[in-house]
Amino acid sequence: MKALFRPIGAALTKAIAWFTARLHNEQTALQTATAFVAIAVIVQVLIPSSGLSILFSLLSVLGATNARIKPLHKWILAGVPLLVALPYAGTHNPSLAPLMVQMFIYIGLALGLNLVVGFAGLLDLGYIAFFAGGAYVYAIFASTQAAKFSPWFAEHAPQGLGGWWFWAALPLALAVAALLGLALGLPVLRMRGDYLAIVTLGFGEVIQVISRNLDTPINITGGAPGIAPINPPSLGPISLGSSTAIYYLGLLFTVLVGIAMVRLEQSRVGRAWAAMREDDIAAKAMGVPLIKMKLLAFATGASFSGAMGMLFAVKQQFINPDTFGFMESIGILAMIILGGLGSIRGVIVGAAAVTLLRFQFLRDISDYFANWGLPPAIDVTKYQPLLFGLILIFMMIYKQEGLVPAARPTVDINALEGANPPVSGKGASVAR
Amino acid sequence: MTVLLEAKKATKRFGGLVAVNEVDFQLKKGAIQSIIGPNGAGKTTFFNLITGVYKPDGGSLIFDGQEIGGKGPEQIAATGISRTFQNIRLFQNLTAIENVLVGMHLHLKASLFDAIFSLTRHRQEELEAKRAALQYLDYVGLKQHANEIAKNLPYGAQRKLELARAMASQPKLILLDEPKAGMNPRETEEMMDLIRRLRDERQMTILLIEHDMKLVMRISDSITVLDYGVKIAEGTPEEVRKNPQVIEAYLGKGAAS
Repeated sequence: MKALFRPIGAALTKAIAWFTARLHNEQTALQTATAFVAIAVIVQVLIPSSGLSILFSLLSVLGATNARIKPLHKWILAGVPLLVALPYAGTHNPSLAPLMVQMFIYIGLALGLNLVVGFAGLLDLGYIAFFAGGAYVYAIFASTQAAKFSPWFAEHAPQGLGGWWFWAALPLALAVAALLGLALGLPVLRMRGDYLAIVTLGFGEVIQVISRNLDTPINITGGAPGIAPINPPSLGPISLGSSTAIYYLGLLFTVLVGIAMVRLEQSRVGRAWAAMREDDIAAKAMGVPLIKMKLLAFATGASFSGAMGMLFAVKQQFINPDTFGFMESIGILAMIILGGLGSIRGVIVGAAAVTLLRFQFLRDISDYFANWGLPPAIDVTKYQPLLFGLILIFMMIYKQEGLVPAARPTVDINALEGANPPVSGKGASVAR
Repeated sequence: MTVLLEAKKATKRFGGLVAVNEVDFQLKKGAIQSIIGPNGAGKTTFFNLITGVYKPDGGSLIFDGQEIGGKGPEQIAATGISRTFQNIRLFQNLTAIENVLVGMHLHLKASLFDAIFSLTRHRQEELEAKRAALQYLDYVGLKQHANEIAKNLPYGAQRKLELARAMASQPKLILLDEPKAGMNPRETEEMMDLIRRLRDERQMTILLIEHDMKLVMRISDSITVLDYGVKIAEGTPEEVRKNPQVIEAYLGKGAAS
């Protein structure tokens, strides 16, 4: 077995490393990005339903953000595929649009989990719980569900709140998810590693069981059948229920989460998280309050998950407890492991790739084999857990740092030392 | 000179073992003072009491007029005590400058929201912090290594980086746990020079644990000797060198005569 897998692993690792290096290098990033655009177009023409073009478009966008070009050009290079090309492809190929939204949701989730696991080093196996929180906050009041337990809703809004509720629910979903994050964070403050993972796993299960059983005595969550249909959001008089509108919503959410991540990573809080992950004793000795930082990591990561949960409810127009199982948490973990723990670019690539594998490739393979008349038990779409398992095992053996390894931000020594007058103020009063 | 740190009957037990036994100790402001003693004498445990890693089982610790015994490490750091570790504890996968920036944590103010919304205030603070961090690195001679990952630095440089990180919290007192361990003679000289400059240029008080007697005797204003958790001697390097109890602790009974 070793003799078989080793060369494959090595070849794959080498190929990936080559692409990663080219995307990371400011000089070659632009060429690589352009090449990816070309590949995306070719793939789209040759195998239109594969969704591979989406992955390559995303790679080109990531390359563009890294290139040493004018900001305007950067925005154009990143904006055209995301704002024009992909939604255009989505309207022409109805199966692609939901796939892309699903991808955005998973990218957002993976970025949020990466904050907790990658930045702060707290292994969280129940991350989907916060996603569920956000989804339910929106869904309950945007459907007939609220009328089932509230006489006020039964009288005034039997069909649930209108599209405006989406915007009102957003801060609420962020807050509810953050509170759930604190609820998880408080009992695990003194735990590390394995113990922490076990408690978070239990927490995820608890939330799922609660959502399944909170239809009695008061029917809040709709129980096992879940909630449907869920009203679409709107912007003033414009309904945002179309798949294109949801695409743009997803893009907006994901880009905002991505920007927040980049900024957090290079901030006082992000460095405190990293310090806590690297060496908690030294971090404490430097005055980093571990309890506060841990809770902050749980709450922040959770609130991103909550926002993505709302988006999910909007996309599906239907939620039930089965959607928020342990397998989902593991799936997101597989994404960030594949992409590279702590690496924002890597996590985006990992989430996009795993989403494609799960929702497109497996289905394609299954369709292909459908003509062979195989028994339904070997339906390939049921192999998702196997897929996650393979990803986790393969990455742990061959490439622990992921496809796009995390790189620490660097400073420009000369620019910092520039001819500026000496800065005053606290934290800067270094007399030579 | 005023007393910066005072221990009164400080005690720490691990089960039946009394690692630090009713130690009385005074550290004057602006001094370079050393704690020496054979292996297992309780030196590092005493450090860990001062920095809050362990809670004392008895006695009191007064730093700069306030009781610090029983406080947590991050609270004690905030009162103005910083340290390095016997086995280097850098944030290994962060760059050198990031290590120093973490050291500045207490003096930066940016919150989560400042960072997410990238407020002008936050950007300005980050810029100033990075400039300051670079100056700390320059002070220990590591400016050109600012972007290097800490674990890739040579051993001596890692010790210096730990010192720069400790300096960055602008402490009144720096505790150095075996600062020259594993260093070559040239690096040792640089380290001694650095320690003196910290006191002379930056008005810091320095308490160090060190096994290298030559270094201790050359650099210290005053030395405290621990053995089996008990303070057995105290005084100037000259006094300690001649103390029969100290010689006995290091060389065995009868060696003093």
